[in-house]
Amino acid sequence: MSRKKPITTKSILTHVGVYLSLFLFLLPFLWMLLASFKTQVQILDTSKLFEITANLSNYLSVFNEYSFLSFIWNSFVVGIGATIFGLILGLPAAYSIAKYKQEGLGLLILVARIVPGISFLIPWFIIFSKLQLIDTYTSLILSHMLVTMPFIIWVMIPFFEGLPHELEESARVDGCSIPGAFVRVMLPISGPGIVTSSILAFIFSWNNFMFSLILAGDNTKTLPIAVFNFISYSEINWGGLMAASVIITAPVLILALFCQKYIIAGLTGGSVKG
Amino acid sequence: MTNWIDRNIKWVFTMPAVIFVALMMVAPVGYTFWLSFHEWSMSNISPPLWVAFQNYLELFQDELFIKSLKLMFYFTIVAVTAETVLGVGLAILMSQNIVGKGLVKTLFLLPMVATPVAVGLIWVLIYEPNIGIANVFLEKLGLPGQEWLTSQSLVMPSLIFIDIWEWTPMIALIVLAGLVSLPKDPYEAAMIDGANTWQSFTKITLPLLKPTLYSAVLLRMIDALKTFDIIYATTQGGPGTSSQTINIYGYVLGFQYFKIGQASALLMIFFIIVLSISIFTILLRKRAGVNL
Repeated sequence: MSRKKPITTKSILTHVGVYLSLFLFLLPFLWMLLASFKTQVQILDTSKLFEITANLSNYLSVFNEYSFLSFIWNSFVVGIGATIFGLILGLPAAYSIAKYKQEGLGLLILVARIVPGISFLIPWFIIFSKLQLIDTYTSLILSHMLVTMPFIIWVMIPFFEGLPHELEESARVDGCSIPGAFVRVMLPISGPGIVTSSILAFIFSWNNFMFSLILAGDNTKTLPIAVFNFISYSEINWGGLMAASVIITAPVLILALFCQKYIIAGLTGGSVKG
Repeated sequence: MTNWIDRNIKWVFTMPAVIFVALMMVAPVGYTFWLSFHEWSMSNISPPLWVAFQNYLELFQDELFIKSLKLMFYFTIVAVTAETVLGVGLAILMSQNIVGKGLVKTLFLLPMVATPVAVGLIWVLIYEPNIGIANVFLEKLGLPGQEWLTSQSLVMPSLIFIDIWEWTPMIALIVLAGLVSLPKDPYEAAMIDGANTWQSFTKITLPLLKPTLYSAVLLRMIDALKTFDIIYATTQGGPGTSSQTINIYGYVLGFQYFKIGQASALLMIFFIIVLSISIFTILLRKRAGVNL
């Protein structure tokens, strides 16, 4: 710990500046939370902005009338599926790229992050229609994997580069094949990296809007699409919309709090440590 | 068998991922390229018809296409510039001794990880002309209310404001990480030479931060060019076509009008723009001595 410093005007102003900016950045979330507990009448009356009646009816209607439980389930299945298959393809690739310095392949993975997703949506739609895979978990998981897998590889390359490779060598001396050493020795010590990259990959899939907009249907509609559909009704049910927004963002915010240290490093592909 | 795997481990480990990327990304982009020379409405009865460069020629005479290009660049340039300036300012504030810094940093992450569609819809309520707090706030100040997202002239600035809210913290946190790792010696030397705070900021901090800023701006720029969720969730490109950036226009052409050929040509142009800007900045960054 640094030694105590005297309280100066500059330090007070800095604190005011930081906490005021933080408040402004959090304000929309507070607004969402507040509105999710209001009735439509209270929301439409701007003279009573801060009147709250701790009313849960919006949340109940989101689950009962709009069957949000099934959308949560769909988002969950797609997110978990895309993350697990992303790990299965991504982890060995990241390990190999890190160990054998396959920089060309690393670049290919980077390109997957740069290319606008919409440039493959039309072909996907045509091909998945032909294969009758529109509105199935298969097409959604495959498309979301193009988000999760490059991300997992990107985060895991610097992580694997930092591991002591003598461990693999000693396992090989004991008679392990390279894949065996990878699974039995290297993966278990990579737990923290795998957990964070999985959580972040899951968040990206959970948040994905564009791919699901085209490929999901009534049976597989994910949360972002369900929330978006709220505004197509003639009169917007604001309280319900905000309750739905709370339901979709809350899990992400909670997950993010768990791996906040790695988010910046993850978003920047390890070029900056957070 | 085991020997063969061990000898070719580089390829055994990477091939599944490479094949996946080839099938899901490279092949579809190739298919889009092929479609861009055809006319087709996704019908099963009439197959794609070869029209050579017709789609590209029509696009460059299409006012909406030119407009969507301009809107994309307008959005990206204004948003990223504002985010960089505000982000650096915020990072400098946060680099001081702050009580509860860890928690503050964590909370600043929330705008960028929250689901973009939900974020967009929160802002639809904030901007709502009759019941949103944006106008309540203006009226408290004695100013006339605005139409925000439903106004042809204000829709782009309003969307840019959302983007700034969402992404300034990312730039701030990246720059903060860069600031923390700066060496202390130059500042002490500058203080002895009698430099003031502003001078040491422009002469020492900014030059040393250059690599970090490059990374932050590049990443932000790539994503800003591709912005879809926020715009589609709030305005769907409207009112009229006032916020129809190239990404939204491509979506509308392809999935609302089913002009597959023209949409594909537009997507190829979009693809090439994003890719060349990215390659250009990565090369610039390499020259500045930063590795990815």
